[in-house]
Amino acid sequence: MKLITAIVKPFKLDDVKAALEAFGVAGLTVTEASGYGRQRGHTEVYRGAEYQVDLVPKVRIEVLCDDADTEDLIDVIVKAAQTARIGDGKVWAVPVDTVVRVRTGERGVDAL
Amino acid sequence: MNSGDTAWVLASAALVFLMTPGLAFFYGGMVRRKNVLNMLMMNFATICVVAVMWVLYGYSLSFSTDAGGGLIGGLSKIGLAGTLNATSGTLPEMAFVAFQAMFAIITPALISGAVADRMKFGAWIAFVVVWETLVYFPIAHWVFFFDDGKGGWLGDRIGALDFAGGTAIHLNAGVAALALVLVIGKRRGWPKEPMRPHNLPLVLLGAGMLWFGWFGFNAGSAVAANGQAAVAFVNTLVATSAAALGWIIVERLRDGHSTTLGIASGAVTGLVAITPACASVNPVGAIILGVLAGALCAYAVGWKYKLGFDDSLDVVGVHGVGGAAGALLIGFLATASVTGILDKGDGPSGLFFGGGFAQLGKQAIGVAAVAAYSFVVTWLIAKVLDKIMGLRVDDETESVGLDQAVHAESGYELGAVSGGGFGQVIRRVEVGAGAGTPAGTAAGTDGKEDGQR
Repeated sequence: MKLITAIVKPFKLDDVKAALEAFGVAGLTVTEASGYGRQRGHTEVYRGAEYQVDLVPKVRIEVLCDDADTEDLIDVIVKAAQTARIGDGKVWAVPVDTVVRVRTGERGVDAL
Repeated sequence: MNSGDTAWVLASAALVFLMTPGLAFFYGGMVRRKNVLNMLMMNFATICVVAVMWVLYGYSLSFSTDAGGGLIGGLSKIGLAGTLNATSGTLPEMAFVAFQAMFAIITPALISGAVADRMKFGAWIAFVVVWETLVYFPIAHWVFFFDDGKGGWLGDRIGALDFAGGTAIHLNAGVAALALVLVIGKRRGWPKEPMRPHNLPLVLLGAGMLWFGWFGFNAGSAVAANGQAAVAFVNTLVATSAAALGWIIVERLRDGHSTTLGIASGAVTGLVAITPACASVNPVGAIILGVLAGALCAYAVGWKYKLGFDDSLDVVGVHGVGGAAGALLIGFLATASVTGILDKGDGPSGLFFGGGFAQLGKQAIGVAAVAAYSFVVTWLIAKVLDKIMGLRVDDETESVGLDQAVHAESGYELGAVSGGGFGQVIRRVEVGAGAGTPAGTAAGTDGKEDGQR
């Protein structure tokens, strides 16, 4: 199993969610996040004083999936989240040892 | 007595009162989140302290028979003695007492923005008491007390025009702010750390309340419901608008963006600048005055970075510079048809309307006298209070924030973890034995239970 984590622009959340649902993903976790990449934040001006704001608001989407679906799911997310402009975010996957569904106690792929 | 005049002055007093809570929000939104309550508290406490002082002796020092030289009033109206059934012009004197009380309240409140984020609350209260007594009450007497040529030296004797307090209030507060920040010093981390406004909607709300209240401030200063009040009213609308436009045009050209903080700051600058001039210039003159003041102050707020004084919320750049600009521009833009509106047009004129340099000279004396006296005396007061009780909070309080360290509160409850959902009541005020509510039984009614699930 894999944990796919995607950091995307907040306004792309609905598109990504819809694309994942269409693919057949049954659940996901969304967190409000902030950070920066090559974009390096943005500037704000208050009474003529310019501030560099390093951290930009982002959304973190986490999805658990079967190994076989990993590459396809990553493609789905990237396609849905892409604007081709700076600050689109990142997607990565890491291996997961164990998953348990709390309600039933099911383990592994059955718990996905 | 005239019931129309009385009604307008009483209504204006209430309008001017609202300006100080408005100022509290204007400033409160501009400080960092950890200090918003302290800023509101300084302003609300100023209302309460000055209102009491005004009744006890402030009104007497400002508005009772001159004690000599037009410098200060006497003690004959201590505790408002003799004013209950007296008349002042066409009003009950008590209506004038109420109206002027609001001016005495807002003037020290204006200074609070300069020392935001770092002044001891107790030291602020002490400062307000001493500063009102030694600086505001005398200057209000100089500028606002008229007694047929035997009143205050600036207004009644030499004839410097200051209709609603551009010098006595705004320049005075701006210069005092400069003296006070020079003594109290910079905030930790200024100017390297970003200290941006934490809530701009509050700033705009406060600016709106100020503008609304300012119609009472300026038009009420006619102390009558007449044509002069109506001119002041229109000028207060249009000069403010022009100044706000002037400020955001400078921003657009210089910084690339027009900002909400800019339009609010420009509006307040326009209000400040038209304050002395609202019954001296015609509405077109008010537009010129406003746009000049707005553009000027958009630059003036940057001077603190060059000169290295930390005036947190730009009291010097907005009120000091704006007040002086308004008072001096009277010398150029005053028109006889407005200054003499109550006498069919034979008042003094400014340089651009054939009045020569006479009025400009008087205006300059007014500005210089108020600025010099306010700066010197405020600096001395600040030095003495700093020696006696210390003006600044300690470093830890400053970095934690004054809301938590000084007032034991926080302004916003935003997250489940830091907010009210967790933790428990550890102590309550109980009145008499057994009368208090045990903490456990009330937990379900004050929202605690939801967070504990």
